[in-house]
Amino acid sequence: MAITNLLLVGIGGFFGAIARFSISKYLNNKTKYPIPIGTLTVNLLGSFLLGILIGAKADVMFVLLFGTGFMGAFTTFSTLKFEMTEMYVHKNKRKLLLYTALTYGLGIIFAYFGYLIGSY
Amino acid sequence: MIYFLVGTAGAIGAVLRYAVGILFFTNSSFPITTLIVNLIGCFLLAWFTTSLFKRFSFSPMIRTAVSTGFVGSFTTFSAVSVETVTMFQSGNVLLAVLYVFISFSGGLLMSSLGFQRSRE
Repeated sequence: MAITNLLLVGIGGFFGAIARFSISKYLNNKTKYPIPIGTLTVNLLGSFLLGILIGAKADVMFVLLFGTGFMGAFTTFSTLKFEMTEMYVHKNKRKLLLYTALTYGLGIIFAYFGYLIGSY
Repeated sequence: MIYFLVGTAGAIGAVLRYAVGILFFTNSSFPITTLIVNLIGCFLLAWFTTSLFKRFSFSPMIRTAVSTGFVGSFTTFSAVSVETVTMFQSGNVLLAVLYVFISFSGGLLMSSLGFQRSRE
């Protein structure tokens, strides 16, 4: 575990977290959407971009900085599950289904298209 | 200031996620690292938000840095979708389906475990 690798992941994580924070703060407050559109946006965008990076078989250093660091921190799983649990607790079954289908369904599709574009 | 705190906590979260992968699960065909950090993070976020932060009066800035910054970056969604795609690509369709299922239901379970603690 070279110090350079830790540094690359840390720098990527620093900016990834700030980018997610800014985007979700801006978008999640737009109450006209029934689901947390901010979290959804960062997760889908991050899946697509990481897909490109992995598909392109980018250099290890590059993957650590932009993949493990930035995209890893830019997207989030804990917040997603927290929001889903809240929907479950408040008995918003339809919202929960919609949110699950959009996140996982589109997330995998976006990652796949990213992967194809990257490996092209 | 809040951006700097979120970024710093995010850097620590990302480095810790990377370290867990390097230290414990190096060569595995199943993305066990992502699964483990995601499940732990789901519990932590729910527990912090619904219990710990209410019991102790942390400043809102610290709360955001820890939950959105640290736990948000420790967990990741982009890796989940890209790992699912790469498993599909290498023909491990069953493993990919299993992965999505465990991360979906396990995440909800861990998050609700954190939730329930708040009702103690």
